[in-house]
Amino acid sequence: MTEELIIAGFGGQGVLSMGKILAYSGVMEDKEVSWMPSYGPEQRGGTSNVTVIISDERICSPIISKYDTAIVLNQQSLDKFENTVKPGGLLIYDPNGITHEPTRKDINIYKIAATEKAQEMGISKVFNMVVLGGFLKLKPIVGSEFIHKGLEKSLPARHHNLIPQNEEAIEIGKGLIEAVHTL
Amino acid sequence: MAKELKLMKGNEAIARAMIASGTDGYFGYPITPQSEVMETLMAEKPWETTGMVVLQAESELASINMVYGGAATGKKVATSSSSPGISLMQEGLTYLAGAEIPCVIMNAMRGGPGLGTIQPAQSDYFQSVKGGGHGDYQLYTIAPSSVQEMYDFVFDAWDIAFKYRNPVLILTDGAIGQCMEKCYTRDYIPRWTEEERRQHAPWGTWGKPATRSHNIITSLELESSRQEVFNQKLQAKYREMEEKEVRFEALNCEDADYIFVAYGTSARICMKSMELARAKGLKVGLLRLITLYPFPKKQIAELAKKVKGMLCVEMSAGQMIEDVKLAANCSIPIEHYGRFGGIIPSPEEVLEAMEKEIIK
Repeated sequence: MTEELIIAGFGGQGVLSMGKILAYSGVMEDKEVSWMPSYGPEQRGGTSNVTVIISDERICSPIISKYDTAIVLNQQSLDKFENTVKPGGLLIYDPNGITHEPTRKDINIYKIAATEKAQEMGISKVFNMVVLGGFLKLKPIVGSEFIHKGLEKSLPARHHNLIPQNEEAIEIGKGLIEAVHTL
Repeated sequence: MAKELKLMKGNEAIARAMIASGTDGYFGYPITPQSEVMETLMAEKPWETTGMVVLQAESELASINMVYGGAATGKKVATSSSSPGISLMQEGLTYLAGAEIPCVIMNAMRGGPGLGTIQPAQSDYFQSVKGGGHGDYQLYTIAPSSVQEMYDFVFDAWDIAFKYRNPVLILTDGAIGQCMEKCYTRDYIPRWTEEERRQHAPWGTWGKPATRSHNIITSLELESSRQEVFNQKLQAKYREMEEKEVRFEALNCEDADYIFVAYGTSARICMKSMELARAKGLKVGLLRLITLYPFPKKQIAELAKKVKGMLCVEMSAGQMIEDVKLAANCSIPIEHYGRFGGIIPSPEEVLEAMEKEIIK
């Protein structure tokens, strides 16, 4: 099993930490992982993305240009990464602020209204975990017990009281994701 | 600091390995893409645990000269920077090599020339292995291609530095510095005691006992005949390194018709290109260079007798290829493929270059 994914959105949406939690969960499940951020003169509100690879084997390149899954959280990221999904792959997007819907017919497309849901529930800080839940519903590449361990590892100890809230958000995400186009 | 499995950035691995390998001091000046080295050291506060000194100098010029001063006493002293900062350090590096002072320097290469960009590049190859500073000298140059190697090579660097009384350069780039991967950390090797330091660095300026004459650390010798003898001694040391300390990894080279030659981030890209090639039925291998100086000349010459062509992949306009061609004596087609200015080539375009330029 090798899952190559990119998570992209605005800086401040928790894109990097979502990738980090996923990567840490992979480590806990004894898989090979890599986490490669787009680093640059980034700022809050700018774009941000991270490539995460989780595999049973030694990972070749942590930098790739085709992905099994793209999770895109704003229009710029959708425009940039829709065409980088491998045929038969998966595209997940949050419809918030999206004016041009994805158009590809050779991939599976799902949407998750995580921004709206998180605002409605007053849990905007765990918005990224709602999205992660949606992804894990479709591709349970790491078990939920390992996600728990991943949260423990990637969050500083003073924030461990927030783990239940994060896990709850993951569960909400699992129920929220809906198919737009499937093969 | 015990053995542990952690997820960490390459830069963080360098910093943690410095502490765990019993480094006595780090002097640095922040620059992207390696600022996490000093950030990690400052957060870890090793001066409270191991007694390691961590100091932000006022510039790279100051850092490298603080390394000179500290390391001249036989202490394990390190610094790190990125391309423009390493350029500033070149005078210090040739003095360190000339005075035969062991130390460790890390360069997280970024796109140049000049201030260039903060994105990854491999365009400091010439600077690293062909001098950089003036005079006939060599830095032992080792190129990690994973976070684990970033960690492990710090330990190896100290062994080499003290074995040969020579500066060691860990040559990496922003991609490996910023990438997080699994890393097995090691048990803490305690910093040397005074007694141990005197054993490991009998040449050091740690105080003159009555039993011997002065230890003098200098790169100055105004008598040319003595300077020539010294240079011959340096060259003999370099030949010994070339004989004993070459490191590389040959992947799928046994049955390969064509091979990629690459190091660091490019080697990781090539691993993927190789996988794609093999899936297409193309017999492609990879020679991943680990030491850039000493350069694996013999291994390349051997491979050149077996394979039909080589593609050198580098995030530069083509620097390492010169050494590959020399080693292979231009006996087979050898071409360069590279992107630069902070652009990382994709595995697909690297394979395409192999098919177009070499396989045909």
